[in-house]
Amino acid sequence: MTELGNDRLVWIYTQMLRIREFEERVKRTFEDHPGVIRGHTHLADGAEASIVGSVATLNPGDQILATYRCHGYPLALGTDANAMMAEIYGRTGGLCGGYGGSMHLVDPERGFLGTSGIVGQGIPHATGAAYAAQIRKQGQVVLSFFGDGSTKQGAFSESLNIASLWKLPIVYVMENNSYNVVTRSEQEDANAAAGEPLAIKATAFAMPGVTVDGADPIAVYDVVGAAVERARAGDGPTLVESKVYRLSAHGNLIAPPGVPLHYPEHEAITVFGNREEYEAALRGDPVPRFRARLIEDGVLSAEQADGIGSEVRIEMQAAVDFGLNSPLPAAERALDHVYA
Amino acid sequence: MSHEIPYIAAINEAIQLEMERDEDVLYFGQNIATTEDDPFLKAFGSDRVRVTPISETAEIGMAVGAALAGLRPVVELYMAEFMLVAMNQVVNEAPRFRYMSGGRVKVPLVLKAGYGFTAGWAGQHTGSIYSMFTGVPGLKVVLPSTAADAKGLMATAIRDDNPVCYFHHYLLTLEHGDVPDGEYLVPFGQAAVRREGGDVTIVATGFMVGKALAAAEALASEGISAEVIDPRTLVPLDLDTILTSVEKTGRLVLVDQATRYGSASAAIAADVAEHGFSSLKAPIKQVTALDATIPYSEPMEAFLLPDEAKISAAVHQVLGGSPVAA
Repeated sequence: MTELGNDRLVWIYTQMLRIREFEERVKRTFEDHPGVIRGHTHLADGAEASIVGSVATLNPGDQILATYRCHGYPLALGTDANAMMAEIYGRTGGLCGGYGGSMHLVDPERGFLGTSGIVGQGIPHATGAAYAAQIRKQGQVVLSFFGDGSTKQGAFSESLNIASLWKLPIVYVMENNSYNVVTRSEQEDANAAAGEPLAIKATAFAMPGVTVDGADPIAVYDVVGAAVERARAGDGPTLVESKVYRLSAHGNLIAPPGVPLHYPEHEAITVFGNREEYEAALRGDPVPRFRARLIEDGVLSAEQADGIGSEVRIEMQAAVDFGLNSPLPAAERALDHVYA
Repeated sequence: MSHEIPYIAAINEAIQLEMERDEDVLYFGQNIATTEDDPFLKAFGSDRVRVTPISETAEIGMAVGAALAGLRPVVELYMAEFMLVAMNQVVNEAPRFRYMSGGRVKVPLVLKAGYGFTAGWAGQHTGSIYSMFTGVPGLKVVLPSTAADAKGLMATAIRDDNPVCYFHHYLLTLEHGDVPDGEYLVPFGQAAVRREGGDVTIVATGFMVGKALAAAEALASEGISAEVIDPRTLVPLDLDTILTSVEKTGRLVLVDQATRYGSASAAIAADVAEHGFSSLKAPIKQVTALDATIPYSEPMEAFLLPDEAKISAAVHQVLGGSPVAA
């Protein structure tokens, strides 16, 4: 284990729990408050260790860009959960005033520069932010988060080529959850079909590629941390393949208005009939796994861990209440912010 | 004070001046700054001036990211059609971010792209595709037709806090014109009345402005007084200047190098029909490219495009046509 102090380990666990609880509350909103969440949401449950282990390596001033599955990163960066939930509920108190919703959270003051809802298209944005960081010479590093599906987009290849060529201070964190929506990686990825780790794609761009267990926040911290250090030193980008298991379906049900929205079961079950795969993933759930490890290592007592759990539940209940109580925007505000 | 330089030099002068003025302005793209003799590279160094691979999605996407991080990139795209390779970045990323964030971020960038190279470049490098972008809220669209505007609109584009598609016409590249010295800004959303007249209003864009002026000159010898308006920016569009002119003349001819349904003229015609109908003494006439891909061979290419004769014929038609019932 890296020489992370106990405070830092507890911080990591707390952030993981906050993300899990936040996502559970989003999911429950579909049942408890039908109609409050519109459109499509995508949850980060199962990826908490990967997200927090990565974010834990950053310094103030570093930046993150991500995808539509974007609730976890700002929580770990310190964004107000109330404002995030209100955004997902489309309220004036939302992080982006109800203009963006679940897929488009932004918090530039905390370094969360934005997300793209289109697969792979945020990778060049992160690369451009890294170009800006390189020019400014203040030692900033950018983390670019995306899924395994993105790596078949030209935006991925084009960006990694330039980042390596220009030695940009960026770490590409591919969260490989083995599915692109309902398609399994080996059905759409030549490396996966050949039994190769997807990190091997880095070799085409003359940069290191590392695969890590994304369910282990310390392993992620070590691997991403080394890549961040390399980037900060001016030695260029790294591709990290972080293997995670998404514990919810790709997103909530896609249906026209009038049909109640909910979260179906994971595609391993609904599409591929592989309940055992999903149950094995549940047995490896990174949140209880890390809790057990911290207790075993004497970092936390069970009572302290329970106490953190209670605080997090209170925080996220408050976020739900805040979101529900925040007013809907005035309709004519829809014409604000079209141009700066 | 002014100096006479070609249109292309006026564009470069604006970029140069803005880069001197604001160190956040970047200039990158394909096939620029490949040797140490490059004037931009010499003046501003390799941090701010870079050659990129042929990767439009990354070039434009990186411009979005650099803009989100506080810089002001100018992307050299050469051909407007190369933007089509990266349409998602132009249409569905750059102009969406500010809005989706509820105004928390801004995306100041300029996409510099040449268009309309109807000089034997055949089907894929000759399009006038600006109207693919005019319907996208959040984007601004600029079409300079003179060297002075090429400079002034580029400077304004670089200082604008929004993504701007700057379309320069390839056939104007070496056209000389008087350009004001030093800092020179042409505001967006202010049409230029290139020639005053009382009988008919001709609205033309880009390279077509020159064709319209030549037609107006010829018409003057027949005693027809044509007013020629160059909108200069399609987004924002100065509809007021066009409506005021139509109020005076009662007749409108629109000239556009794009095909009818992909033109700026179709949108302007609709707006004038909606807001200026009572001023019209004749139906609006559009002189646009005919609906085909631009062919390679010269007579076929010329056949498709608006020219002086077609503009003059349209003017005669609106002047001779039956008045619209008031």
